[in-house]
Amino acid sequence: MKNLIDIMQMSTDELQVLIDTALDIIANPKKYAEACRGKKLATLFFEPSTRTRLSFEAAMYELGGNVIGFSEAQSSSAAKGESVADTVRTVGCYADIIAMRHPKEGAPLVATRTAGVPVVNAGDGGHNHPTQTLADLLTIYREKGTFDNLTVGVCGDLKFGRTVHSLISAMSRYKNVKFVLISPEELKVPRYIITDVLEKNGIPYEEIASLEEAMPQLDILYMTRVQRERFFNEADYMRLKDTYILTPDKLRTAKASLSILHPLPRVNEISVAVDDDPRACYFKQVLNGKYMRMALILKLLEVNV
Amino acid sequence: MIIGQIKDGIVLDHITAGRGMEIYKVLGLDKLDCTVAMIKNADSVKKGKKDIIKVGQVIDLDFDVLGYIDPGITVNIIQDGKLAKRSHLSLPERVKGIIRCKNPRCITSVEQELVHEFRLADREKKIYRCIYCEHEAPKTVE
Repeated sequence: MKNLIDIMQMSTDELQVLIDTALDIIANPKKYAEACRGKKLATLFFEPSTRTRLSFEAAMYELGGNVIGFSEAQSSSAAKGESVADTVRTVGCYADIIAMRHPKEGAPLVATRTAGVPVVNAGDGGHNHPTQTLADLLTIYREKGTFDNLTVGVCGDLKFGRTVHSLISAMSRYKNVKFVLISPEELKVPRYIITDVLEKNGIPYEEIASLEEAMPQLDILYMTRVQRERFFNEADYMRLKDTYILTPDKLRTAKASLSILHPLPRVNEISVAVDDDPRACYFKQVLNGKYMRMALILKLLEVNV
Repeated sequence: MIIGQIKDGIVLDHITAGRGMEIYKVLGLDKLDCTVAMIKNADSVKKGKKDIIKVGQVIDLDFDVLGYIDPGITVNIIQDGKLAKRSHLSLPERVKGIIRCKNPRCITSVEQELVHEFRLADREKKIYRCIYCEHEAPKTVE
C-alpha cells in the first residue's frame, strides 16, 4: 500500500496490522516518540477541518516528525487556479507524506499520480474519508473486541455522509454483520452502496425511518450530522437538519452494551445529556483516530519500530 | 437494396438497429473522403433488425468506444475483397475520454484537463462508474 484513498484498498489483514500497531502505540507511546524523526507531513486542506487536520498533525508530532501545510484553499496556490496535480507535485518536493482534504470528489486520487510521496485522503467531498473509518474501526474493536456478529445502525444523513459509506463497505467484510439504515427518505444511502456492497455480498440490511424502532436491536449506533455544506438548497437543509436527535429518553430501549459513535462535529443530533452515558464513545473515537493515523503514517513511510 | 462490396475497408455489422447514426458520429465518419455506407434496419437472422456501416478504407478504430456504445457489434476488416479479420466486441473494463462525468462535486468538473475515465462496475447491467467520484456514467455518448 503506497497511498490510502479508499478504505477498501486495505484488506482485513492489513487493517488488523494497523489496529495492532495502534494498540501497541497506546500501550507503549515512548517506543514510537522518535519513529519519524526528520520526516515531514504536509497537510493540504482545501476545505476547513478542525479534527482531522489537528489529528494528523498531532499524530506526526507524537511520532517525532514535523508538519507543514495549509488549512484552507485561499492560502494556497489553488486560489490562483493551480491544479491539484501541480500543487501536490510541488509539495511532494518538500514533504515525505501528504494528507489531503478537498471539496471535490476524486481530488486525492488525482494527487497520487504526481505527488511522488504517499498520499492519504483526508476527506474528498461527500465521497470517501478513510482515516475516519480507521478511527471508527479501532473504536469498535476496542469496545467490542471483534468486528463479527454485530448489528450496526447508521443514522442521519446517509446520502452525503461519506463516513457512513466507508464504514458500511469496511464492516461488510466481517462475519454475520447486519446493517440498519436509519434516515429520512431524502437522505437514504445511495443506491450503489445497496447494490454494489450490501446486496452483492449478501449482507442483511433494513432501511427504516424511525430511530426508536431500530434502537433495541443495535450493538453499534453510528450517528451523523446533516451537513449544510453538502446541500445546494438551504431550504432542504433546514427541513432535514433536526430529523434525528439522540436523547437519554430515546436510549431507554437500547442495549446496555450499545456503543454510540459519531464522526463529529455534532450540531444537535446528540444531546449533550448523552455525553455522560457510558455507552457514548464519540470522544474516545477522536483519540482513536489519532492513534490510527499514527499507525498509518508509520505504515506508509515504511518505518519499522 | 444493393450496396456494392468493398475491396479494402471495414464493415461494422450487427449494430443494434437505430444506433448506427450514433456510431457514425462518434467515429467521425463524416470527416472521411472515402465511400461510407450507412444501412439502417437491415434484416438480421440473429437480431431481427440491425444497422450496418461500410467504410471504404481501413481506419484506426477505438474498440473500447465501439464496445462501450454497442458491445454486440462485429468488426470485419476487408483486404483485397476478402475477410482478413473478424472481431467480436465486448464491454471494455475501462473507458477513457468518451463519456463525461455529470457529478458537479467531481474533481473533473473543475479541472478541465483531466481525462474523464470510467470503470465497468456491473457487466450484466452495463453500469460504469467514474474512477474519481464513483458516480454512475450517463447512458449515452455526447
